[in-house]
Amino acid sequence: MAAKSQICSIWLGSETGILKGVSLTKKQAFNFCEMSCLSRDQEVCVMAWGDPQESEVLVGSVNGTVKTFSIDKGIFTATRECGDPSQGRFTGLAVTDSSMITCVESGLLKVWKEGSTETVEVNVGNGICRMQQNPSQRHRVATGGKENPLKVWDLERPDKPIFTAKNVAHDWLDMRVPVWVRDIGFIPDSDKIVTCTGHQQVRVYDPSTPQRRPVLEARFGEYPLTALSLPASRGTVVVGNTHGELAILDLRKGLVCGCLKGLAGAVRGLQCHPSLPLVASCGLDRFLRVHSLEDRSLQHKSSSADDSGDVEEVKAEEEGDEVWDTMETVTEKTKKRAAQKDEATITGVDGKKKRKLVEKVM
Amino acid sequence: MLYSDKRGKTKKVKRKVKPDEAPVQEMDQAEGEETEKKSVSGPCFPPTFSVSEIKNKQRRHAMFLKLKEEKRKQKLELKKKKKKERKALGDQAPPKEVPKTIENQRIYDETTVNPEDEEVAFDEGTDEFSAYFSRLTNPKVLITTSDRPRGRTVRFCEQLATVIPHAHVYYRRGLALKRVIPQCVSRGFTYVMVINEDRKVPNGLVLCHLPDGPTAHFKVSNVRLRKEMKRRGKDPTEHVPEVILNNFSTRLGHSIGRLFAALFPHDPQFVGRQVATFHNQRDFIFFRFHRYIFKNEKKVGIQELGPRFTLKLRSLQKGTFDSKFGEYEWVHKRHEMDSSRRKFHL
Repeated sequence: MAAKSQICSIWLGSETGILKGVSLTKKQAFNFCEMSCLSRDQEVCVMAWGDPQESEVLVGSVNGTVKTFSIDKGIFTATRECGDPSQGRFTGLAVTDSSMITCVESGLLKVWKEGSTETVEVNVGNGICRMQQNPSQRHRVATGGKENPLKVWDLERPDKPIFTAKNVAHDWLDMRVPVWVRDIGFIPDSDKIVTCTGHQQVRVYDPSTPQRRPVLEARFGEYPLTALSLPASRGTVVVGNTHGELAILDLRKGLVCGCLKGLAGAVRGLQCHPSLPLVASCGLDRFLRVHSLEDRSLQHKSSSADDSGDVEEVKAEEEGDEVWDTMETVTEKTKKRAAQKDEATITGVDGKKKRKLVEKVM
Repeated sequence: MLYSDKRGKTKKVKRKVKPDEAPVQEMDQAEGEETEKKSVSGPCFPPTFSVSEIKNKQRRHAMFLKLKEEKRKQKLELKKKKKKERKALGDQAPPKEVPKTIENQRIYDETTVNPEDEEVAFDEGTDEFSAYFSRLTNPKVLITTSDRPRGRTVRFCEQLATVIPHAHVYYRRGLALKRVIPQCVSRGFTYVMVINEDRKVPNGLVLCHLPDGPTAHFKVSNVRLRKEMKRRGKDPTEHVPEVILNNFSTRLGHSIGRLFAALFPHDPQFVGRQVATFHNQRDFIFFRFHRYIFKNEKKVGIQELGPRFTLKLRSLQKGTFDSKFGEYEWVHKRHEMDSSRRKFHL
C-alpha cells in the first residue's frame, strides 16, 4: 500500500469517497479507500496538501469530515469533524503552519488550530463557490461565489476583507452584470488574482492598484467555466467549462491561445504541474487526462473506473528531479480541484530529487 | 500548341488506347505506344494511370465499368478456386474465415464495464436510479412536445403513451421546461419526456429523470407510426411490457440503459406478452415494441406493434434540464468522436 501510494503522482478524489492515486510512469491507478465505508456522503469535495513536503493529503467530504491520508504510509491516518452538512459542502481547504482553514458554501470560513478546539470564524457571505489560499502569503485567502464578489481576507485581521472586487459597469443594455465566481487563482510573483466565472468570463484583479474593478476581462465559450489553473510559465491560464472544453488563455491580451481536446464531460478539476508545462484534468466523463501545454497534445489518459471526482492533488514525480505535487480532487463524476500548487517540496522519495524553494515563497 | 490527347478505351470505337501522359511526351511516344500496342494484345498503361484521369465522361464511365467487370470476374474465379480446394481437402480444410464487420473491428473502449467491477457496482447501487431497481418507487412519465406540435408528433406522443405504462400526455402551451419540472416533481412524476418537433416531424427527445436525475438529449429519426407498419398486430394492451436492453456495454451505455429501464415498472412476473426492446448498435438505439407467443419450447412468434424509432444520444447532463448552466456528463463532439468509423461510445 505504501509503495503504491509513494509512486502516485496525481491524486484524485471521487464521488463515492475513494481516493485514487495515479502513477503516470506506471500508467496505473490505485484506489485508496478507508475500509469499506463507501457512500455518497463521503463524496470528496476538496483536497489539499497537508504539509509543504506534500506527504499528506487532506480530503474533505460532503458529510463534513476532513480525512488525512499519509502518502508514505498509504493509509488514512486521521479524521476530523469540521462542520456539518447543513452548512453546505466544502468549497475550500487550506493549511497554514499548524492550522487548517475550511470554507463551506454558506460562507462560514473557519480556521482550525492544531490541538485546540477553538476556531476563528469569519463569515464571508452566502453562496460561496470557492475559497483559495495564496500560496506565497499563506495567511491570505480569497473567496467568491454566486452573487458574492471576489474578496481577499487576511486571517490575522479577519473582520474585514482587505480587498473586495467591484462589479463591472452596466452592459450595453444598461443592465447589471451578474456575478458568479467559480474558481480563483493567485498569480505568483504578484498580487494579482485571476477568477473564472459562470458567465464565461475570466477576470484579473489587482489589489495593489486602487482600481477594484477587473484589470483584464476575457470571455471564452458559451458555457460556465468551472475550473482554472495557472501553469508554471507566467502569462497564461488554463480554464475548463461544463462542456468539457479546455482552453489556454493569454493573460496579457485576453485572447484564447488554444484549446485542449479530448474531454467529453464537464471539467471538475484542473491542475497544472508546478514546473513542467503539463496540465491534468478530470471531469464528469470519468477520465483523467494529462495534456502538454506546449503542443496541446494528450500525454496521458486513464480511466477512473467510476466517476472521477475532484482531482485534488497532482503530485508528479518526474525524472527531472521534481515532484509535481498538485492536488486535484476528483470526485466521481465530478472533478473538483483543490489546486494546491506545488510549493517548494523537497522530496525524499528518490533521495536525489530536490526542489528548490520557489521564488514565490520569498 | 500541344494538348494532351487523352483517349480512353471504348467499346464502340476501336481506338488505340493512349495512356494519360504529359502532352509533350505523348506526341513523342505516341508512335512508340502504337507500335507497342500492335505487338501487345491488351492496352498497357503506365502504372500511375487511373480511370479518374480520363476527362471524357462517357469514356471514363465505360472504362470504369470494364474495370469493375474484370474485378468481379477475378473475384468469382478466386471464390471458385477456394471452394474447390475446400472440397478437395474435405475434413482438413481450414476453418472458414470470419468476415470483418465494423462491429467485429470495434476499437476496444476503456470504459467497457466489467461485470465484476465493484466500483461500478457500487456506483450503480447508489445512483439516481437505484430506487427503481430496488423497487422502491414506480415510474410516472409525463410526455409533452415542443410548442405547437403538428399531427405526426401528436400521434407519436399518443402512441408512446400506450407503450409506456403510467404515461400522461400534456399539451405544452409554450411553457418553460425549467418551470414545468418543479411542478412535475411536486405531482410525483419521475420522468419528463419532451419530443421536439421540426417541420411537422419529431426529431429530438429530451428525457429528464425527475427528482434531480440526469437529462439525456437524443436525436430521433425514422419514426414509424402504427398505421405505417406492415403486418402489425393489434394495439398494445394495458399490460406492463418487458424491457430488453441490448448491447449497452460501456459505462455511458450503462447509464443510458438504466435511464431507459427506469421508464418501465419492475416486475419479474411478466403478464401480457409484450416486450419493448432498446437495441444499441453503433451508437444508434433502435426501439421496437413486439408481442410474442411461444409456440413450443423452441419456436416463438412475434408481431410488431406500436411505434418504432431510432435514437442517437447527443448529450447527457447531470441534474435536471438546464442546458445553459448544467454540467454535462457527456457531450457528443462530432469532430473529436466521429473521426474513426470503428469507435463507438455507448
